[in-house]
Amino acid sequence: MSAYIAKRLLAAIPVLFGLTVIVFLIMAMIPGDPATAILGSYATPENVEKLNRDLGLDKSLLQQYLIWIANLFQGDLGRSYTLNRPVLDEVLERFSATLILAGTALVLCSILGLIAGVVSAVRQFSWVDKTITLVVLVGISIPSFWLGLLLILVFAVNLRWFPASGMYAIYGGGGPLDLLHHLFLPALTLAVVATGVIARLTRTAMLEVLRQDYIRTARAKGVTENRVIYRHAFKAALVTVIPVIGIQAGFVLGGAVYIETVFQWPGIGSMLVKAISTRDLLLVQGGVLVVASAYVLFNLAADVLQTVLDPRLR
Amino acid sequence: MAEASTAPAPAVRPAKHRSSRPDSLRLLFNNKLATAGLLVFALIVVTALLAPVLPLPDPDVTAPADRLMRPLSEGHLLGTDALGRDILSRLVWGSRVSLAVGVSATLIAAFFGSLIGLVAGYAGGRVDTLLMRGIDMVMAFPYILLALAIVAVLGPGLLNALYAIAVVNIPFFARNIRGIALGLSRREFVDAARLSGKSHAQILFIEVLPNVLPVIIITMSTTVGWMILETAGLSFLGLGAQPPQADLGSMLGDGRKILFTAPHVSIIPGVMIFILVMSINLLGDGVRDVLDPRLKSGALTRPVARTAVERRQVPEGATPAPGAVLDVQGLRTEFHIGSQVFRAVGGVDMRIGKGECLGIVGESGSGKSVAAMSIMGLVPTPPGRITGGVALFDGEDLFSVSDERVRQLRGLAVSHVFQDPLSTLHPLFTVGEQLVEAIEAHQPLSRSQAREKAAELLSLVRIPNPVERLKAYPHELSGGMRQRVCIAMALAGEARVIIADEPTTALDVTVQAQVLSLLDTLRKERNAGILFITHDFGVVSAICDRVAVMYAGQFVETGETGEILRAPAHPYTAKLIDCVPVLGEPDRRLDAIEGRPPVVNDLPVGCAFAARCPRAEDDCRAGPIALTEFAPGRQVRCIHPLIGETQNV
Repeated sequence: MSAYIAKRLLAAIPVLFGLTVIVFLIMAMIPGDPATAILGSYATPENVEKLNRDLGLDKSLLQQYLIWIANLFQGDLGRSYTLNRPVLDEVLERFSATLILAGTALVLCSILGLIAGVVSAVRQFSWVDKTITLVVLVGISIPSFWLGLLLILVFAVNLRWFPASGMYAIYGGGGPLDLLHHLFLPALTLAVVATGVIARLTRTAMLEVLRQDYIRTARAKGVTENRVIYRHAFKAALVTVIPVIGIQAGFVLGGAVYIETVFQWPGIGSMLVKAISTRDLLLVQGGVLVVASAYVLFNLAADVLQTVLDPRLR
Repeated sequence: MAEASTAPAPAVRPAKHRSSRPDSLRLLFNNKLATAGLLVFALIVVTALLAPVLPLPDPDVTAPADRLMRPLSEGHLLGTDALGRDILSRLVWGSRVSLAVGVSATLIAAFFGSLIGLVAGYAGGRVDTLLMRGIDMVMAFPYILLALAIVAVLGPGLLNALYAIAVVNIPFFARNIRGIALGLSRREFVDAARLSGKSHAQILFIEVLPNVLPVIIITMSTTVGWMILETAGLSFLGLGAQPPQADLGSMLGDGRKILFTAPHVSIIPGVMIFILVMSINLLGDGVRDVLDPRLKSGALTRPVARTAVERRQVPEGATPAPGAVLDVQGLRTEFHIGSQVFRAVGGVDMRIGKGECLGIVGESGSGKSVAAMSIMGLVPTPPGRITGGVALFDGEDLFSVSDERVRQLRGLAVSHVFQDPLSTLHPLFTVGEQLVEAIEAHQPLSRSQAREKAAELLSLVRIPNPVERLKAYPHELSGGMRQRVCIAMALAGEARVIIADEPTTALDVTVQAQVLSLLDTLRKERNAGILFITHDFGVVSAICDRVAVMYAGQFVETGETGEILRAPAHPYTAKLIDCVPVLGEPDRRLDAIEGRPPVVNDLPVGCAFAARCPRAEDDCRAGPIALTEFAPGRQVRCIHPLIGETQNV
């Protein structure tokens, strides 16, 4: 088992390298003078020249990449000119906030999606199934940023149950309860689409599994129907759903961009939006790299979890 | 592999073949939700196209005096925004922009993605590896994040957002189309085109492309909603449409700043996006169901825990034959698929005494498995249902007891061994876990006691190192070992009747013999009755005391195994016996039985075998033929039997 995990970890390394190549190439695609683009049009000539030297723009693309990656290994992603601080510091600080939000949303959508999918499959064609199917369809069609606004209007402005924005209360906040209070609405909003996708897939997977021969065997043994569904069928369905949950991690991490903007969550998504409008490209680069790497690790975790459940994959 | 039939539904296929291409549109309209989606989507498209000629105020004319008017105000049906612009007009024009951008992005993604997929799938080898690695890399990014990075480089703007969204959707097309193209490029018609001297481009676009078109359309219809949503999202963040140009997303983004004072300004464009995307998704699901029926969610139905019992009349006062442990009388099982009724089992009597082995022999689709599975309610419902007869176990009718009682009796009174031990064992649980479960279903034992008993069962079925084997998963065992595990499981509840449904068909010959002798020994040791289903008279002669030959849902001959083998009465029985190869007689002709069994939704009035029978005469086809006793313990459903005399009235 641990040998398998080590193997998967090793296999993730080329993917991470590939990510750095793509991120690097995207930044190399910037039209016009990169230094000016990075520093903005108000940059002083000295700064432009210094950046050109730092980035090694007089060298070949390959050399530039090697220099960049060497810096990356030393934890140097450059300096954000708008914030005047190292990109890495800012990105890591922001990323922890995103991880809390996206992680909660991911747990939420997995639980809700699995429950909805199983209930829907078990009560196939009943009104419960039809209602869930419709809600799921609404969930995957609704713009999450708009849903966030609606929830703010209803639960923050009108009912005053939850705060409208931020991660902690400005005065006297800071505890885990305060965090939960602020987390609830944005995490829920972020989870909606992924919940729909997981519920749909779980329903199909359950229906598919319940037709298998080994389910008939379980029934022939005299196992109770609850055990047939929640032990035999659910475990088999879970094996097909888990990789999709891994993929949903990508949609949740990406969707955080909208939700953080709507709820003013101090995460990496809202940082990226701001950095793009101010053309702080080194900050964008660092942010994209960190989030993409996190996504690779989420998928890796999903892979490992799938292998733990399915002995045939070992 | 003469037969692979545990398939309970004998003829589910013909019903499906009816959906042919020209009916596609009709099928789409049959789907109410998809039709509703299509209507709403068409309405939005027409309105957006007609925007220039509709009597709407200029969407960009500001009127500071009329700012933030509520919906239903005089002259402004949906009110005005922060600059006094008419929201209805902006909504129509904004929808126009959002639609144009979403559709354009879809077309771009479809074009490049399909091209990459086609080339990768068709070329294969290194080109394929290279292209698909690239696609994998793109997919390694969280979806929206890559779009953001592209917008960051190109700079905010609607066109750049369009490009970004198109690029991140290319992988979906490339992957789907590559899979299909890969399969197609190995097919004969492509080889033929290649041999006829057509160029690669010609083959790709004339031979392969038309065949992947449905997949392209499915992928487009399922991604266009996403793309509209995502471009709206980028505009909402201020990275897409820039003022004065507006799409639905940027309207929503503008409204957000005044959410608390004038919520309608942001709510209305959001509703519009939602309706647009929802209608597209409904339509997309419908299109997918029509073009790819395999994916249709409704096509999968979940079999319930027990076969439905809907007997037309409940037989009263049925008494079990003396000495019978299990006595099934007049069993009828049907499959209802759409408006068609398949009479899989049409009135069958089965009687099993202590330690006795009854064999049911017949071809695929004769109904023998369905008859056996009906007893403990293991025929899948839907579409199966039991429509007649009784199954008396110790005098208790299994068709009228409660679901819970049936559950208790499964494995305890009657247990099962199925055909393919690889698919009948759960792949994710160890052999031990599955055995322990079978034991615990009927006996309240502690975990360690149950494990001990499980190991005992394994050694009973002659598996060496039983304690070690308990930890093995089914895929780690050989076919013969797996079937032994299944037999051990059938013994777990001390069942008095074991239903063995082609238990040796999936095994090779030497293992077959071992499993047969194991079953034979066990029934003698434990005095358990066996109902043995097979298509092979060779297997029957090895284990069965009595045989019932089944054809088109009915028994056509019953009797002692030895007697039937020596002198079969029904022509069908004779043919089945002739099918068994005999060792040392290589010159003996192996007659395949010509023709196919009748489809059980359209049975002839007379003898079902008449069409294939060399002895058939006119009176065979005239009317139903009864199962008649022509000698002690022997019955035949034939008026011109090979031996014996029957008087048919």
